[in-house]
Amino acid sequence: MYVYDHYDQQMVDTRVAEFRDQTRRRIEGTLSEENFRPLRLQNGLYLQLHAYMLRVAVPYGTLSGAQMRMLGDIADKYDRGYGHFTTRQNIQYNWIKLEEAPDILADLATVEMHAIQTSGNCIRNTTSDQFAGATPDEVVDPRPYGELIRQWSTFHPEFLTLPRKFKIAIIASETDRAAMRLHDIGINLVKNEAGELGAAFYVGGGMGRTPMIAPLIRDFVPLDQFITYAEACLRVYNRYGRRDNKYKARIKILVHELGAAEYTRQVEAEFAHLLTLQNTAGNIEPPLAELERIKAYFADPAFESGLSDSLDLANADFAKWVATNTAPHKVPGYAIVSISCKPVGGIPGDATADQIRLMADLGRDLSFDELRVTHTQNIVLPHVKKADLFGLWSKLVAADLATANIDQIGDIIACPGLDYCSLANARSIPVAQKISQAFASNGKGEKLGELKLKISGCIIACGHHHAGHIGILGVDRKGTENYQLSLGGSEGADCSLGTITGPGFDEDGIVGAVEKATDVYLANKQGEERFLDTYRRIGMAPFKDAIYAKEPVNG
Amino acid sequence: MNILTGNDLKTGAVIWWDGSGWSLHVNDAAAVGDEAAGIIATEQAARRVNGAYLIEAEAAPEGIRPGHIKERIRALGPTVRLDLSLKPADPAAGNWVI
Repeated sequence: MYVYDHYDQQMVDTRVAEFRDQTRRRIEGTLSEENFRPLRLQNGLYLQLHAYMLRVAVPYGTLSGAQMRMLGDIADKYDRGYGHFTTRQNIQYNWIKLEEAPDILADLATVEMHAIQTSGNCIRNTTSDQFAGATPDEVVDPRPYGELIRQWSTFHPEFLTLPRKFKIAIIASETDRAAMRLHDIGINLVKNEAGELGAAFYVGGGMGRTPMIAPLIRDFVPLDQFITYAEACLRVYNRYGRRDNKYKARIKILVHELGAAEYTRQVEAEFAHLLTLQNTAGNIEPPLAELERIKAYFADPAFESGLSDSLDLANADFAKWVATNTAPHKVPGYAIVSISCKPVGGIPGDATADQIRLMADLGRDLSFDELRVTHTQNIVLPHVKKADLFGLWSKLVAADLATANIDQIGDIIACPGLDYCSLANARSIPVAQKISQAFASNGKGEKLGELKLKISGCIIACGHHHAGHIGILGVDRKGTENYQLSLGGSEGADCSLGTITGPGFDEDGIVGAVEKATDVYLANKQGEERFLDTYRRIGMAPFKDAIYAKEPVNG
Repeated sequence: MNILTGNDLKTGAVIWWDGSGWSLHVNDAAAVGDEAAGIIATEQAARRVNGAYLIEAEAAPEGIRPGHIKERIRALGPTVRLDLSLKPADPAAGNWVI
């Protein structure tokens, strides 16, 4: 885990003091809402449907036990006893009082946390692979590079007022667990034929109203130049990205309108120019010594060697959980554990203060004091001894945190939707709850295997519906909630965008439509095919026929 | 009828103009006419409300019903956490917003 140095802590503490003064002036009336709004947003404080909402940054999704515990304590002390883990690996609180917001930021600062880069047209908090540093399939731990990006991008003076928000994801394996190609910049750390590490840059992806998969613009940037390359990508965007139309302001529109080749040419020209400044005061690349300093914080914990991989799976419920909620670890005798925040019929991503504190303790005691937030709104304990799994599972069962459904239909991504969000057009959570309940009670959830279902309550697509094997988008149809269904999306290495099936449905109708789509899959599945594979093989037509089939008329 | 709503500046709570002050309950809302702009200006300047605006609502037999679902959810609270809404004892309260 990275530990703040003097500069990091001073920046965060100074920001808290500034915001305390700004909030005081707003409440006293010397700052208007118009002037205050951008200041509170720069500190993650939104005004939402029922109250202020505070979004707290979790850089590259990594937390210590003490940080996680603080998130639970904040839920109790300042909110209504719960928090919501988001698809950006952050956490947000729904019931914040303006007058208490500076105190929350001060509490966060005591555990090296803040709400910077969680709003506004800046480079947002960087996301990463929740299995980083633990999975056997990565070429290197991407988090030190994520931390370098955090340091480069935080308060970067040139990129504080970009045309629109800007999201970066960094991974280091072929299996993409971070929806890397659906980001403004997706970075995949790779090894070249000579075995050297470098960064592949994918630029111009995103979801929202115009979803795009980022094209590869450079397959290998040496690691002692990768911040400079990112700077070049941002500079071209900052210069030419559209500021006249909010809906066309993301980098994906620029890359699309210029064409990937022309955008790349401009980036390469800027990059070449920046490289000429390397030995001058204009150099942007941090010295390798800084990278080495950061890397030291992410060294492997003291794993025990010679541990057995054997597990007693006599308890069927435990065995099921092990099969769905654990993943292989790079060290024998250890496992990566995904804790599902998706109980049957629950609110995806919500966790109570007690649950958060329990996970904090489990992370501290059983996972070398490390936890991760996933973009699928779950929590990961990256380094758990297999011998500790049964005890861990028993504690999770008692806290309603042991649902065995990771990457299955019950593991739904859902944005807060119209229950909480002032931008939403329809509610997402009730739809997620109904689908989760339906597939738990008909017993089909398990049979379906991997099936990623994602729900957004508006076209901004915080619920990643474009990337769902099954995607649902809530829209406002003449004042009534209506839900569009799409099939065939994927956020992984086989990234694709879903296709809308046809006319939308009401809240009950969408649940029935999802059931029909899964029936088509089960009827047509060959071998080990996932829902997505079957859809790709047989196409939309059989699904559409089943979903929109007229009910037979009796008599 | 038209009614005025906004958020309490300090707490963020959803509030409704009742004719002389602000209430947490939409049923207390008072119909407003041409005076709305003046009330908004005065109340915002006095920092008793943040981001006030006018909405359409209907005076139904069971009480005041905002015209848009978003405003009805604001008036009630999250339908998925009725325990935190203004009607925690009514399990069917969520039906009101639809």
